[in-house]
Amino acid sequence: MSINTSSIPLPAWLEIGLIPVLNIVMALFFSGLIMLAIGVNPIEAVGIMINGAFGYDEAIGYTLYYTTNFIFTGLAVAVAFHANLFNIGGEGQAYIGGLGVGLVFLLLDKYLPMILLIPLGIIAAGLFGAAWAYIPAWLQAHRGSHIVITTIMFNFIASSIMVYLLVNVLIKPGQMSPETRQFDESAWLPFMHDVLGWFGMEVTRSPLNLSLVFALICCVFVWVYIWRTRWGYELRTSGQSEAAARYAGIKPKTVIITAMCVSGALAGFVAVNEIMGVHHRLLLNFTAGYGFTGIAVSLMGRNHPVGIIMASLLFGVLYQGGAELAFEIPTITREMVVAIQGLIILFSGALALMLRPWVVKVYLKFKPVDEVVPA
Amino acid sequence: MSPPADSGTGPLAIELRGISKRFGAVRANRDIDLKVARGTIHGIVGENGAGKSTLMSILYGFYQADSGEVLINGKLVAIHDSSDAIAAGIGMVHQHFMLVDTFSVLENVMLGAEGNALLSHSAAAARKELQRLADEYQLSVHVDSLVSDLPVGEQQRTEILKALYRHAEILILDEPTGVLTPQEADQLFVVLNALKERGVTIILITHKLREIMDVTDTVSVLRMGEMVSHLNTRDTSMSELAELMVGRKLETRNYHRDEPLPADTANGIEVVDLGVVDKTGKARLKNLSFEVKRGEILGVAGVAGNGQSTLLEVLSGIQSPTSGHFIINGQQVSAEQPINPSQMRQLKVQHVPEDRLKLGLVKSFTAAESSVLGYQRADRFNLRGMLRLSTIRAACRRLMEGLDVRPADPNLRSASFSGGNQQKLILARELERQPEVLLVGQPTRGVDIGAIELIHEKIIEMRDKGCAILLVSVELDEIMSLADRIIVMYEGQVVAEVNGRDANKTQLGLMMANAHQDPAA
Repeated sequence: MSINTSSIPLPAWLEIGLIPVLNIVMALFFSGLIMLAIGVNPIEAVGIMINGAFGYDEAIGYTLYYTTNFIFTGLAVAVAFHANLFNIGGEGQAYIGGLGVGLVFLLLDKYLPMILLIPLGIIAAGLFGAAWAYIPAWLQAHRGSHIVITTIMFNFIASSIMVYLLVNVLIKPGQMSPETRQFDESAWLPFMHDVLGWFGMEVTRSPLNLSLVFALICCVFVWVYIWRTRWGYELRTSGQSEAAARYAGIKPKTVIITAMCVSGALAGFVAVNEIMGVHHRLLLNFTAGYGFTGIAVSLMGRNHPVGIIMASLLFGVLYQGGAELAFEIPTITREMVVAIQGLIILFSGALALMLRPWVVKVYLKFKPVDEVVPA
Repeated sequence: MSPPADSGTGPLAIELRGISKRFGAVRANRDIDLKVARGTIHGIVGENGAGKSTLMSILYGFYQADSGEVLINGKLVAIHDSSDAIAAGIGMVHQHFMLVDTFSVLENVMLGAEGNALLSHSAAAARKELQRLADEYQLSVHVDSLVSDLPVGEQQRTEILKALYRHAEILILDEPTGVLTPQEADQLFVVLNALKERGVTIILITHKLREIMDVTDTVSVLRMGEMVSHLNTRDTSMSELAELMVGRKLETRNYHRDEPLPADTANGIEVVDLGVVDKTGKARLKNLSFEVKRGEILGVAGVAGNGQSTLLEVLSGIQSPTSGHFIINGQQVSAEQPINPSQMRQLKVQHVPEDRLKLGLVKSFTAAESSVLGYQRADRFNLRGMLRLSTIRAACRRLMEGLDVRPADPNLRSASFSGGNQQKLILARELERQPEVLLVGQPTRGVDIGAIELIHEKIIEMRDKGCAILLVSVELDEIMSLADRIIVMYEGQVVAEVNGRDANKTQLGLMMANAHQDPAA
């Protein structure tokens, strides 16, 4: 290939609009081939999936409930990524965030009113998540331990701690399953169907709760933080070029620790959705891999809040529609749905730029090159 | 002597016909014709970005031309990759050596041409062949030394041997003297002449006109992707070549002050016994002592990598000294009293870094964002925790207009500007703060001749305003024309100091190689 296409800038609607869509189309195409191979009509399957994700209000509720988790973990990965840190520890940070919520509510839910409990729960989720990210961040900044290794290991540590605490310490006395007692209702984040009910809208029950609103607020916060504040400026400088950061008097160590704490707090907010919004008690494995999927979400959303919302929605559809698909068509198993998700991650993440050279070539046919690159 | 390339009388080693190449918008080469006679040295000169390297990369198969023909020894050839080029007898010595540091010279030469499953076999053959080449072309190297242990000049000879080992009859050298001392460069030219005597055709790409005048037979000038002239070297002059390169007349200026500074002028920088030992325990700076007066430019000469970069980093607060101290604009700094770059900026000590792409700006940022690098916390750019983007953009536009940065578009990505314009933007950013001490590293590296003039004028303007200026440069001409005094650094020490007015190039070159006191060594 004679033209180095990677140096040619594309307008945003191509770069973050068309190319991701093309990637998904590719993934769906190959998923279709797999379905054909096992004798399932792919068109029908896509229909079931879409219907399962959007067809009725309960489906929409579930889709958006999953989306909420992905927004939190996607943002967490993105913030760290802008500082050139790869936070794989979202899973553990979310888990420990849940511990924070659990401890606060187990101690205080009998004594405080809702108006205090909800903010306290959110703060606890964020603080505990941030604290869990702080340790690997400190190790990276001051000891050079690689953040990928340490955050992965901290996922295992978090998991073990939670098992120990739930089995031995926090378990509700007199039961077999390792769960805490249910929190007082004043600590529950209102369900969306309840909220809409107050306004006279009747919708079917679903796990969707007000966390979605909080997730969207977090998106705005992250956007402002990264692109509109000097702290974000310093974070991006440090992420793009450590040498430039040092030249500018920015301390890379401080940036590493700040970025990871913000990232950990965002991951911790998964507990707001899961523990405060849905389960209303602390239990094992409520994070269910959302932390890892956040990596794919962030990659697909190009580490931008708007992209992350769209990618989260897509993964919400895949989770909810995929479950429906496995239910409706017996030949499609749960594993098959995971394979389709895998294809989407493959094409949108690992092969994200595969189609770019061709897009650039087509683009250059319509636009004189001289206008694209300043000489 | 060999016939001039233009006359076409001698047998041609290389002929290019109508070569064109674009990269997206940039027309790197436009309809280029070139004829080089066998057994001659042909120079190609042009400013940065004129298309020299692209043209040679096409010849060596890194890029494919969009149109045009390449003839080697009169035969049309298609060069798709470097192995085609090698098969056609073309060898290339890159500006940045393509050597494996941890391999010996022998292993590097054999790399990719092992020829046998068992290395010992080909190693013996290669050793013999290398000996022959070394004798024939006066190319002595230590065959079994690791490349990382060799001086730069010898690494370069290894590159040349690599090409000859592959039976290159045409040798392309891309900016070969950029990393060499003047003495090493002279040695290189001896080798090149020996090669030429044996019938090897050499293409020398450089922006140093003196070298063109010294060693080439014919010369071509590239300007903005087009071949503007083919000349016989003996019929032209440096000033003519410079004008052809730039496309307009250049004045040579003497920037030196008429009167020396009064003896009691205050010091802007005073360095006392400064030492830096890096993390690996290696001494980067050793017992450095010098001072820079207000209104004076102190030039720091030296072959790249002799501590100049560390010196700039220490004086600008990026690194801390490990011994000794310095006083900069009244503030004492030592290992016990470190200072950071932000505090330095507040002291009105501004730093134009050597490596503008790594330190001076952030490539993926817009020009506006890069234009506040280091000043992102300034009050006028912040309001209640938020950056004032419109103020930043307006300030950037003003900087761009002040120093003629083109295009004057604050929203363009920093990497999209040419080297000269990036440098002007950084200089504008730092000069806007009215520095009282200015640290400048390689102000004109990779900068077009037109911009060089402007940058030099700005530096002189600051000097005349009473700013103390430390100028680090590998371009001796630059240091000699700007600096009031020159110190020469060698292995982290100051080995000599001369008056800028009296400096001469040969003497400085010897000092840079630390050979001036002991000519026998």
